[in-house]
Amino acid sequence: MNIVMFLAPFSLGLGLMAVAAFWWSLKAGQYEDPAGDAARILTEDPEDRPIA
Amino acid sequence: MAVTYDTGRTDLRAFLSRRDDGGARLELLVPDARCAGCLSKIEREMQALPGVASARLNLTQKRLTVEFAAGAADASVVVAALGRLGYPATPYDPGRARDAHDREGRELILALAVAGFGVMNTMMFSVPIWAGLFGQELGPATRTLMMWFSGIVGAPCALYAGLPFFRSAWRSLKARRANMDVPISIGVLLTLVISFSETVLGGRDAYFDAAVSLLFLLLIGRWLEHRLRARASSAAADLLALQAPTATVMGPDDALVAKPVAEVRPGDRLLLRPGERVPVDSRVLSGASELDNSLLTGETAPAAVTLGGDCRAGALNLSGTLQLVAVARSEDSAVAAIARLVEAGAQAKSRYVQLADKAAALYVPVVHAAALLTFAGGWALGLGPREALIRAVAVLIVTCPCALGLAVPAVQITASARLFRRGVLVKSGAALERLAEVDHVVFDKTGVLTEGRPRLVGPTPSTLALAAPLARASRHPLARALAEAAGAGPLASEVTEHAGQGVEGTIGGRRARLGRAAFVGVAGAGSETELWFAYDGDTKIRFRFADTLRSDAPETLKALTARGLSVEILSGDVPGAVGRVAETLGVADWRAGCTPQDKAARMDELAASGRRVLMVGDGLNDAAALAKAHAAMAPGSALEASQNAADLVFSGERLEPVVAAFDVARSARGRALENFGFAALYNALAAPAAMLGLVNPFVAAIAMSGSSLIVTLNALRTGLRR
Repeated sequence: MNIVMFLAPFSLGLGLMAVAAFWWSLKAGQYEDPAGDAARILTEDPEDRPIA
Repeated sequence: MAVTYDTGRTDLRAFLSRRDDGGARLELLVPDARCAGCLSKIEREMQALPGVASARLNLTQKRLTVEFAAGAADASVVVAALGRLGYPATPYDPGRARDAHDREGRELILALAVAGFGVMNTMMFSVPIWAGLFGQELGPATRTLMMWFSGIVGAPCALYAGLPFFRSAWRSLKARRANMDVPISIGVLLTLVISFSETVLGGRDAYFDAAVSLLFLLLIGRWLEHRLRARASSAAADLLALQAPTATVMGPDDALVAKPVAEVRPGDRLLLRPGERVPVDSRVLSGASELDNSLLTGETAPAAVTLGGDCRAGALNLSGTLQLVAVARSEDSAVAAIARLVEAGAQAKSRYVQLADKAAALYVPVVHAAALLTFAGGWALGLGPREALIRAVAVLIVTCPCALGLAVPAVQITASARLFRRGVLVKSGAALERLAEVDHVVFDKTGVLTEGRPRLVGPTPSTLALAAPLARASRHPLARALAEAAGAGPLASEVTEHAGQGVEGTIGGRRARLGRAAFVGVAGAGSETELWFAYDGDTKIRFRFADTLRSDAPETLKALTARGLSVEILSGDVPGAVGRVAETLGVADWRAGCTPQDKAARMDELAASGRRVLMVGDGLNDAAALAKAHAAMAPGSALEASQNAADLVFSGERLEPVVAAFDVARSARGRALENFGFAALYNALAAPAAMLGLVNPFVAAIAMSGSSLIVTLNALRTGLRR
């Protein structure tokens, strides 16, 4: 039974992370231009990308 | 009608938005950008321009944002460079309304995300509880623990996701009305309170998951509705930006500056090139040309203007470049009187009660009475207050308006998506409902039944080939129509264009003229819809033009009649022209020479006799009638004011979208009524079951999502052709 006390908060944490990730992607404007993003992957020069 | 900028000469400074660091930003609409190649080419070329700090193209919205470095902003260079690449661009003022609208969308989608999280995670705790309902081993202590868990997760989610509903319910209560959000809010809050008290008292029934999933399903409906509105308004804004409400103002040193029309003041000198529309009421300072007033009055014949002539806002300049002096501001121009009529019509339309609101008006008192009756009845019959309250809450939950809330938006978004693919833009859901009720269709003639531009009548190939070299060199619409009929071929040399008269040039070593009767040397007044051609001192050849019908106009009218609609033509043109069109199309009911006021009055007259009218028009003279009609459609070539007044805008050369829109609207109404019928049947079964105490949280969850699913699937059938 004790395992529930660990697993339940853990799964909630995972769920909250998903919501936070969605919120971040929304804020970062990732849904502003789906057609453009699909096109950019074909044309953008990899060397132009800043490589960390 | 896109204005083509004579770049390098026209100053676009008015469209730059300045940043604090001295740099600036320019937003452009680039309608022809379609592919990955366009995107990389445009961005690369723009970034290579001097002074440009960055350029980013949004391919979804076809908007290019160019950021200029401090001090070096020259917008016209950007437009010129785009023109060289083959992408006509229009400066665009994004405005603030869109941002506000977007914020609402973000709030909704965030609420939807939270509700989705809540549904999934409360369900995790609900499943063990449900298992306990079906005789699986679950001690009371574990059950209470699970209920606490689901309450701790579900309640905050429900409170957050419910905010849009609580706010709307509060607003409506303050206005002493009850919309659909009032029972939703009461239901959700009451459910949460009862579920907590049951958890504390160690009871069996907690409905936390039901409260959150109810909100989740309702938010889907809300978000669909929002998408529909947002997409329609952004597409409408693009259409209007392409019409480019800009004027070319001449400064004291004859420098040309492009300005938004609203900023033009009386006394400003304006330059009007052929192909542009008169921005505000004005008088001719120099030059001569012909104006096409067809969108203003419905007359097909162009009117000649010279020095001192009056030009009304909205008229299209056909042949010569004109210098004008503005005599009125945009809002005081002749269009203002029409704008007031439009406003009056729009107010009348906003009083229209939508199907969903009618259903809510019925639903709210019935459901609340049923819940109250359950509580009072249950207590009176000896159930005890606690059990009676649980049953009342069960009634509120199972009769939740999920299916009702999804019934209409799901249908409308499917319908407008289907129409959008066929080139029809639906501006609101209410428009579809009104369109479905129509029983009489009124058409404007010029630009709606006809193509709105001249076409050569009965040409003979030999004479056509003679005049074609000169016609190809001219910009006049009649000459253009002639050149179009002749196809590609040789061009005349040494061409001079005489504004308002005609064009002169050398073909095969002989001087020739093409133009008005008098210009070619034919005696008599001549008509505005003919063109004469002659070699020097040779036989004169006449070409006649007419505004031809849209190719599918006869079939469209037949299709409308077949659907039991009566058809009428209202035109501002002369009786002869209207009569011919009416006769060709077999329409017995037609009126000619109508002023905008006549057209609006006819709408009132028809409405008073109980007819529900669909008005299809494009001109400024139709705008008031469009606003007053029960439903209104305008072609994409219509003036801004008419597109604003219309509920639906269709594009393309064909008239067939009118029938398609009507069919889809009727189909949408059918689906919506089916959905309401289903929701009513579902409630008629579920409410008594809940009253009798047959509903537990598991049954409620299944019933709620099941009914929403059925309604949504039914909505997807909208507009499918049988």
